[in-house]
Amino acid sequence: MRNQEVVQLINGKGLRVDGRGLNELRPIKMEVGILDKADGSAYIEHGKNKILAAVYGPREAHPKHIALADRAVVRCRYHMAPFSVEERKSPAPSRRELELSKVIRESLEPAIMSEYFPRATIDIFIEVLQADAGTRCAGITAASLALADAGIPMRELVAGCAAGKIEGKVVLDLSDIEDKKGEADLPVAFMPKSNVISLLQMDGSLSEEEFRQALDMSTDACRKIYEMQREALRQKYHVAKEETEEKEEIGEVEA
Amino acid sequence: MSTTHQLSPVAKLEQKTVVDLILKGKRMDERSPLDHRPMTIMLGIIEKANGSAQVYLGKTKVLAGVKIEIGTPFPDTPGEGILTVNSEFVPLASPTFEAGPPDENSIELARVVDRGIRESKALDLKKLCIDPGKKVFMVFVDVYVLDHDGNLIDAAAMAALGALVDAKMRAFKVENGEVKYKDEIIPLPMLNYPVPITSAKIDGSIVLDPCLEEEQVMSCRLTVTTDKNDQICAMQKGGLGYLTPDEVKQIVATSIAKSRGLRETILSKVK
Repeated sequence: MRNQEVVQLINGKGLRVDGRGLNELRPIKMEVGILDKADGSAYIEHGKNKILAAVYGPREAHPKHIALADRAVVRCRYHMAPFSVEERKSPAPSRRELELSKVIRESLEPAIMSEYFPRATIDIFIEVLQADAGTRCAGITAASLALADAGIPMRELVAGCAAGKIEGKVVLDLSDIEDKKGEADLPVAFMPKSNVISLLQMDGSLSEEEFRQALDMSTDACRKIYEMQREALRQKYHVAKEETEEKEEIGEVEA
Repeated sequence: MSTTHQLSPVAKLEQKTVVDLILKGKRMDERSPLDHRPMTIMLGIIEKANGSAQVYLGKTKVLAGVKIEIGTPFPDTPGEGILTVNSEFVPLASPTFEAGPPDENSIELARVVDRGIRESKALDLKKLCIDPGKKVFMVFVDVYVLDHDGNLIDAAAMAALGALVDAKMRAFKVENGEVKYKDEIIPLPMLNYPVPITSAKIDGSIVLDPCLEEEQVMSCRLTVTTDKNDQICAMQKGGLGYLTPDEVKQIVATSIAKSRGLRETILSKVK
C-alpha cells in the first residue's frame, strides 16, 4: 500500500495482473483426507496459497480445567511456515497469527455442533505452507473440510473468500500484489444455505456503496467455493468406494 | 492456541432479563437499542505523556497514553515514522483479567484500534521521518483498560484517538540527519479521525454499544470504524455467532451515521 513503485493493477482491457477479470476467483484445488494420523484433514491451493488443515477430536480435554460442561471446547491455531513468505517469518506466533487464530475459530464455531461433545476438545490446526494473500479465508475453507472429514457434526460447511478494492474498483479475491498495493481488503466467511456471515474483517477505505458491492461479491464467490467443497468431499468417498470395490474383486475384503 | 473461553457465570434469570428487555426494544439502562451510553472524554490528564485521554463510556473506563521516541524505521517503509498500538487488560479492571502477557482478546483489541488509525491514515507518518532509512519518530499508543463494563473496543479506540489529537511534541528541524529541537510546541500531524461503533446481536436484535451484561448474552458483535469522510476504514466481527448480509449492511449504515456525533465530541475537547 505504501510502496513507491508504480504498478498497473488493472490494464486497459479491465484485466488484472494475473489476467483475471474483476469478479473472478483464482484457480482453486481442494483435496480431503490427505493426512494419515489426523481425524480429519484437507489441503487447499487457492491461487499460490498452499494450506494444510487438520482436525483432531472430539478428544478428551487437556488440561482438564479447560473443559466446558455443556459443549466441546474448540481450539484453533493458524500458523505460517517460516518459508511461506518472501522474507523468513519467525516460527514463533506473531500478534497477527494470534488474532487470526481467534477470528478463524469464531468463524468455524457457529457451524460446529459442539453441544454434542461436552467436556471434549476439537482441535483445528491450519498451517500456511505458502502465502499469497487471502490465507485466512482459504484456511477457513480447508479447515471446514477437515472438520467434515473428521466426521464432526456441522450445521453447514463454511466457505471463505475476500473482496477488496484496487485502483478504485471493487474486485474479488485479491492476490498478494493487489493486497499490498490495493486500497481495501474485506475477508469474509459465509455459510450459503443459512445465508449467514461468520467472519468479517476489513481494512483500507471503502464507501458504504463500495462495501455493499464487495460484500455481495464475496458472498457470491463463497457460494461457488461451497460447491467446490462439496465436490471435494464427494471425491474422497468416491475414491474410497472405488478402492473397496477393487479390493472386493480380488477378494481382499469379505463382501 | 485460540480456545473457546468460559463466560463468567451469569444467573439464568439475569440473562433472561437482558434478552427479554431487548426483545421489547428496551435495555437495562433505559437506553434505546441504537443509543450509546453517555461518553465523556478528558484530554491531557497524564502530564508526563506526550498525549493522553481518558474515556468513560457508561461505567467502562479506558485510559490511553502516547509516547514519542526516536528509532529506526521498518525496512519496507524507510521514509515513514512508526505507529505502535498496544493494550493492557490490567487486572484491576475486571475479575476475569489476569496479570501476564497479553491474551488474544487484548491483542485483538489493540489490532482493531491500530487498524482504524492506520487505515484511515489518521497520523501523517511521512511527516515523522527524520533521516530516511535511519531515523524516524516512533509513536507509541498504549491503551489501559481500567474498568471493564463492556464495549472495550469503542472506548479504547476513542481514547487512542483522543490521546493522539492531544499529543504534543517539540517542533524540530533536521540538520545532517540530526534532530534540532525548537522552542515551539506542535501537535502530531493528524489527517483523519477514525471512530468505531460496535453493535451486538442479541437474540436476533441489534443493539449499539453493549454493556457487560449484554456482551455476556450476545451471539456476536461487529465493529465498524469510519473516518471523517464517512468512509469505512476497519471492521471486525467477534464472538461465536453470525450475521446475515442484511444485518451487516444495516449495522454499517447506522455506524456511519452514529460516528459523526462522537467524532465531534472528541474534537471539541481539543484546545
